[in-house]
Amino acid sequence: MSTHEDVLSSENLPHEPERATLEGKNKFMGFWFFLGGETVLFASLFGTYLALKNSFGDAEGTPSQELFGLPLVFIMTVILLTSSLTSVYGIYHMKNQAFKKMMVWFTITVLLGASFLGLEVYEFNHYVHEFHHTFTAHAFGSAFYALVGFHGAHVAFGLLWFLTLMFRNAKRGLNLYNAPKFYLVSLYWHFIDVVWVFIFTVVYLMGKVG
Amino acid sequence: MADNTNSNYQDQFFKEKHKEEMKYQVITFAMMIAFTIIAFGLVVGDFSKYLVVPIILVLAVVQVLFQLYYFMHLNQKGHEMPSLMIFSGVFAAVLTILALTTITWI
Amino acid sequence: MSTATVEKPGFGATLWEYLTTVDHKKIAILYLLGGGFFFLLGGLEAMLIRLQLMLPDNNLIGAQFYNEIMTMHGTTMIFLAAMPLIFAFMNAVVPLQIGARDVAFPFLNSLGFWLFLFGGILLNLSWFLGGAPDGGWTAYAPFSIWSSTHGFDFYAIGLQISGFGTLMGGINFIVTIVNMRAPGMTYMRMPLFTWTALIASVLILFAFPALTVGLFFMTFDRLFGANFFVPEMGGNEIIWEHIFWIFGHPEVYILVLPAFGVFSEVISTFSKKRLFGYSAMVFATVLIAFFGFMVWAHHMFTVGMGPIANSIFAIATMAIAVPTGIKIFNWLFTMWGGSIRFSTPMLWAAGFIPTFTIGGMTGVMVAVAAADLQYHDTYFVVAHFHYVIVGGVVFGLIAGTHYWWPLIFGKVLNEKLGKWTFWFFFIGFHLTFFIQHFLGLMGMPRRYWKFLPGQDLEVGNFISTVGALLMAVGTIILLYNIIKTSVNGERSSQDPWDGRTLEWSLPNPTPHYNFKQLPLVRGLDPLWIEKTQGNGKLIPAEPLNDIHMPNNSFLPFMISLGLFITGIGVIFRPDSNVAYIAIIAGLVIAFGSMFIRSVKDDLGYHIHKEDLEEEGAGVE
Ligand code: HEM
Ligand SMILES: [Cu+2]
Repeated sequence: MSTHEDVLSSENLPHEPERATLEGKNKFMGFWFFLGGETVLFASLFGTYLALKNSFGDAEGTPSQELFGLPLVFIMTVILLTSSLTSVYGIYHMKNQAFKKMMVWFTITVLLGASFLGLEVYEFNHYVHEFHHTFTAHAFGSAFYALVGFHGAHVAFGLLWFLTLMFRNAKRGLNLYNAPKFYLVSLYWHFIDVVWVFIFTVVYLMGKVG
Repeated sequence: MADNTNSNYQDQFFKEKHKEEMKYQVITFAMMIAFTIIAFGLVVGDFSKYLVVPIILVLAVVQVLFQLYYFMHLNQKGHEMPSLMIFSGVFAAVLTILALTTITWI
Repeated sequence: MSTATVEKPGFGATLWEYLTTVDHKKIAILYLLGGGFFFLLGGLEAMLIRLQLMLPDNNLIGAQFYNEIMTMHGTTMIFLAAMPLIFAFMNAVVPLQIGARDVAFPFLNSLGFWLFLFGGILLNLSWFLGGAPDGGWTAYAPFSIWSSTHGFDFYAIGLQISGFGTLMGGINFIVTIVNMRAPGMTYMRMPLFTWTALIASVLILFAFPALTVGLFFMTFDRLFGANFFVPEMGGNEIIWEHIFWIFGHPEVYILVLPAFGVFSEVISTFSKKRLFGYSAMVFATVLIAFFGFMVWAHHMFTVGMGPIANSIFAIATMAIAVPTGIKIFNWLFTMWGGSIRFSTPMLWAAGFIPTFTIGGMTGVMVAVAAADLQYHDTYFVVAHFHYVIVGGVVFGLIAGTHYWWPLIFGKVLNEKLGKWTFWFFFIGFHLTFFIQHFLGLMGMPRRYWKFLPGQDLEVGNFISTVGALLMAVGTIILLYNIIKTSVNGERSSQDPWDGRTLEWSLPNPTPHYNFKQLPLVRGLDPLWIEKTQGNGKLIPAEPLNDIHMPNNSFLPFMISLGLFITGIGVIFRPDSNVAYIAIIAGLVIAFGSMFIRSVKDDLGYHIHKEDLEEEGAGVE
């Protein structure tokens, strides 16, 4: 392929525009590898959480069975899973070079992500005020907020990333320069969802079971 | 560059292919929601802990594999290295969790 | 900005070039300078330790200062000297060895360097801002939590920042090696240094996130009132130990595998033979990495994990000796029957083999869990890990310095001085550390600032200090050599060692686009193949064409500076609200720069075919 090719043109994109250039291929690989590293990062957080779950030492604390409420977590889960699907739709339209439709689906994704984050803030607030379940109260609190908070921070970062990309490229459409970026942010978004699947299972459901 | 009719034909081909993929992805999503409901249901249903915990863990793992293979396209060509790295990460992750839950004085 | 410019750029221009460079060859030089500086600093600290321990009941330095020096020596050597020096050679050599024009992420590459440098500076600022960390480089809780100065805050934040840089570097090299090999450069034709760089990068990818989490926990506990490691509040100190060593053991392989790679290159080049058992070498490297993740708890035999856990980790640890042994034999067989030249790099390789073997044997000794209850935290362990870490990593780095100096700087280091360096350092090393095995067996504990008279420890410690002084002399000779060569050394030929791999096929100095035309690789040791079966020149794999290059950028410096300022703010937040200004200002700088990076298109530029032709035709 000629090096003169204009990566900023939106005409005649190849099949799989996210991996059509060397830069795109590199980003694609690099980001997957990064996710491999993130796996270990979250594993350390999960392991620590499991080691410190319901561990209060001399401090007072509410055990997980009484603390967690499942309805809210269920709603949050459905929201996040749905946002994963909507971002898949975004990529579907990207591959068909339907930029407008892609933007619509990503907008929905962002809205869902934001509502997830809103609910999470509400949830944390509830724990703090109803149960004095804080980051500093005891080791359980520290481990809980570290794990779930790290995930929440990932969601927040994902939202910022989506928004930056969407605003930056709103006017100029899809091209070989930004297609890899859109592809990566959607991978990131799915990964956030993957982590959440384990969070709702390991933290909330297993917390409820005891 | 291919001539116009040819590239149209190609476009058509890829569109069909993407549609096909999308169908699987919607099915994936339906399964994920179903799994989630089952998992929550099991916990709400007040069964024995020793029954529930293994099942919901398996459900989570399967659900995540769906995400990885369909939503994140690990099933497609050109994903050999990503798979290798993700599963190496999972290997390190499993060891980490195993150690922190068993030999940490708890 | 063409290499053809004859006049020398001024100091300001050069400085700006290096502050903004994204060229892997220049980043290599930056890493070499940064890592070299910290190596000298860590060495100075080692000298202070040894001088304090030269005589019994010595009062050269106080206990608190000793603890700080000892902690900073270990931390500096591992994170700020050995790691960056490894990265220096990976940057200088790997893209050239695989026939690439650049690394996969030039911008991240530069960001990685600046993060390392600012992290290192932050850590060392602790000397001037209330005291350095003082609980050992392993930073075990509760020392690290109870330590009353800001030392461990600097440790946590400084290593966090430089750790991000390392992670980026690791990902960068994996992708570079996976995606950017020249036509014909299959995995099983990659030089062994590239292989070890790849595997070490994979280890970085999976080990550093654990450190990230551990350091976050420490930061939260110390500065934000969390209770991860506070037993009264339900915390658990052993979690730190696990997380630290889940990172820490792979870390030692991250350091030593690339050193193995250096020796593989050196030994095969200076024996004029293809590496013996190339595929076994590759396989052993992968196997070591794999096992490397399953052995971390051999650092924790005395914790009380129980006999089952101890046995599993003991056996896994001993298993690593097998692939390592394979490597040792392969090096020996490579030399066997070769026409060996003992140039300086080869001298280091020859010194490395017995030294590292001793370290490996004591490694198996400390892997015996029951016996380790005796060895643990004595000088025996200090001796063991210096045999592998100095005998392996540092020897490898010095060998690499001499071997690749002509590639990086275009001049061969003085051979005579090189040999003096070797003999001083080699003899000094064994004097320093061999005797420490016995000091350890006699019960001298590690990390104590004093030993008392009348316990038969005097002679051993004195010898050890004399050895350390000899090593210092060796290092000074090396420095002198470097200065002398830089000032009045002669430009060397492009291939001074009669090399076998692609990096020696390039003109000296290496053009900044590396390869005018990507080479066609026809087998292992591609240059050697062309020397023996062709005309000594690589066959181009493509016609001459425009070359795409990345733009320089000042943003990596700014991002790192921002995080540095934020880090200082976070450390002093408990003392004063003024710190919030630093936190916010730093975040604005860092995220502002990232924002600029993401909204401003950076498409790079092209070097045109016509200009390339002017610089000399074709592959000449
Ligand atoms: C070059 C000459 C060197 C000398 C003379 C030297 C000497 C020492 C001494 C005396 C100690 C203190 C042991 C104690 O009190 O427990 C020590 C600790 C240590 N050294 Fe070195 N060392 C050298 C090089 C290195 C290098 C190159 C590395 C790593 C790349 C290294 C890594 C360490 C580590 C990790 C510790 C443990 C620190 C701790 O206990 O927290 N050393 N060294
Ligand atoms: Cu180890």
